[in-house]
Amino acid sequence: MSAVVYVSRDAAALSVGAEGVARAIAREAASRGIEVTLKRHGTRGMCWLEPLVEVVVGSERVAYGPVTERDIPGLFAADFLHNGAHALRLGCVEEIPYFAGQQRLTFERVGVIEPTNLTDYLQHNGYEGLRRALSMQPAEIVQAVTDSGLRGRGGAAFPTGIKWKTVLDTPASHKYVTCNADEGDSGTFADRMLMEGDPFLLIEGMTIAAVAVGATQGYIYLRIEYPHAERALTEAIRSAYDAGYLGADVAGSGRRFDLEVRMGAGAYICGEETSMLESLEGRRGEVRVRPPLPAVKGLFGRPTIVNNVISLASVPVILRRGAQFYRDFGVGRSRGTVPIQLAGNIKRAGLVERAFGLSLRELLYDYGGGSASGRPIRTVQVGGPLGAYIPESQFDTAIDYEALSGIGALLGHGGIVAFDDSVDMARMARYAMEFCAIESCGKCTPCRIGSTRGVEVIDRILHGVDREGNLQLLEELCETMVEGSLCGLGGMAPFPVRSALRHFRDDFLKPPTR
Amino acid sequence: MTEELSDILDAHAGVPGPLLLVLHAIQRRLGFVPADAVPYIAERLNLSRAEVHGVLSFYHHFRRAAPGRHVVQVCRAESCQAMGGDALARHAQTRLGIQFHETTPDGEFSLEPVYCLGNCACSPAVMIDEELFGRVSPEQFDALLATLDDEP
Repeated sequence: MSAVVYVSRDAAALSVGAEGVARAIAREAASRGIEVTLKRHGTRGMCWLEPLVEVVVGSERVAYGPVTERDIPGLFAADFLHNGAHALRLGCVEEIPYFAGQQRLTFERVGVIEPTNLTDYLQHNGYEGLRRALSMQPAEIVQAVTDSGLRGRGGAAFPTGIKWKTVLDTPASHKYVTCNADEGDSGTFADRMLMEGDPFLLIEGMTIAAVAVGATQGYIYLRIEYPHAERALTEAIRSAYDAGYLGADVAGSGRRFDLEVRMGAGAYICGEETSMLESLEGRRGEVRVRPPLPAVKGLFGRPTIVNNVISLASVPVILRRGAQFYRDFGVGRSRGTVPIQLAGNIKRAGLVERAFGLSLRELLYDYGGGSASGRPIRTVQVGGPLGAYIPESQFDTAIDYEALSGIGALLGHGGIVAFDDSVDMARMARYAMEFCAIESCGKCTPCRIGSTRGVEVIDRILHGVDREGNLQLLEELCETMVEGSLCGLGGMAPFPVRSALRHFRDDFLKPPTR
Repeated sequence: MTEELSDILDAHAGVPGPLLLVLHAIQRRLGFVPADAVPYIAERLNLSRAEVHGVLSFYHHFRRAAPGRHVVQVCRAESCQAMGGDALARHAQTRLGIQFHETTPDGEFSLEPVYCLGNCACSPAVMIDEELFGRVSPEQFDALLATLDDEP
């Protein structure tokens, strides 16, 4: 019987040599006359172990990693195809503590199945959520999503069901479902990992959304930096059409839903929902003034659902297992699970899906294993480039929308970037303003001009020019940006700046640099 | 060029909101969007030249001049900064002898900053011609360029 070996085809795994490892396994097997079936799956999210090789042994999958091409002859010599002992052997993949402790609902198939194999998807409960949805009234589907407590995982944390209800209740000849896959926050890769590892799940989630609100056309707005995800989605959409899960008669229901991927073009601001809609319409990604809300007047002026990848991909499990099942995970007003992405200077970087309520400290040390450099973690930035820097003294804060906002931070899309004690926080504050200046859409003055002035003011502080006066000016500038900007870019770029000032003021007062 | 442009615009007839799709298609074909394509696109899509230029110049991805044979993108965002991304960015500029947004005089390499490649668990990250690389040290960066130099 042919041995079955899994090697990830996720972009992160490929970036550290998974393709070469897969080829080396095939080559070595051929030269030894051993039959091996190579399967390519998504990543388990234990990125520090990539390239991770999984061998099917009985009903389990035994992991070896991180594997390099040079390790392959040795692995064959150790008979790794039959669970042989080797220095890289990690045991059953699902018993690795990092993975075993997770609560995988949204990511349950990622790293398990072959991503674009529809049969594999169906064998792992795929499309059961849609089947349930098709037996329900639209209002019941929306109610189930509302009852689950799901809030927008893109960052705004707006209740998904409420958004859907507005679209459902707004009469129109055409409605749209759009997926915001413009995952631009540094430190985040959950959307990418999901689209590459289980693209049918996103397609199913969008189809359920369409059925719920009566939409007939969907768009996935995908960032251009994700060519691997584009290929996976395109392939999966084609299979879904061929199998009748998309098109004129979705799963035999008589309803139409068409779906296509539209590529962004390298603009961070297009992660903001109204600029994403502008971009989808073929214009500059400039923010629209709200109201009207996209749910009432969105894409091409029609009622439109705009949801993040993870929000939409969480819907099938809610329909399949019930709102109560999903709601039973989490704490307070943060229900369900959340994929946390550990990045930056962290030993075990990767994705951890857990119910809300875990503390930052548990994530950074129990999962992350501390810094990669071995030096103390000085701060973490949570929620991307517009997220606050959190000092060590607040690491006991729980991952929970309200708890984080209580310390002036935000969860955003769930990215945590760790920095060790070599970080210069004045430079990070300067970078936040610089990033805002580069990515501002230019529509409103506080963001367009404020960010540029912000860089200049911080430079004067660093150069030792009237430090007290300029620190005061920086505070006032931050306030103007927060209060006066049209959207979250200018409105939140001051978060990292202010948190750096509050917790790491000494970094701004070091001997002047030139 | 006109025939290629005409084909691309024909292929997008009737598509709602086609401008980004058209610009992507042109850039995929030619490597950039030439200035003299703008009036033609405008006419075909019933837009003003200012609107087309406005979109073309808004998005970082669109190029208005031919890039080098290889496009090297170095991530400049926070996660990569936390893992030595600044040193890698300096090294890339020194190694190639150019600044960001420039192309080497022999037309071989263009160097571009990018704000997150979504490979944050394997920082620092680099993308070369749509191929992604993670945990890139300055030495590995040189090795990657060397493999490209060897290509015919």
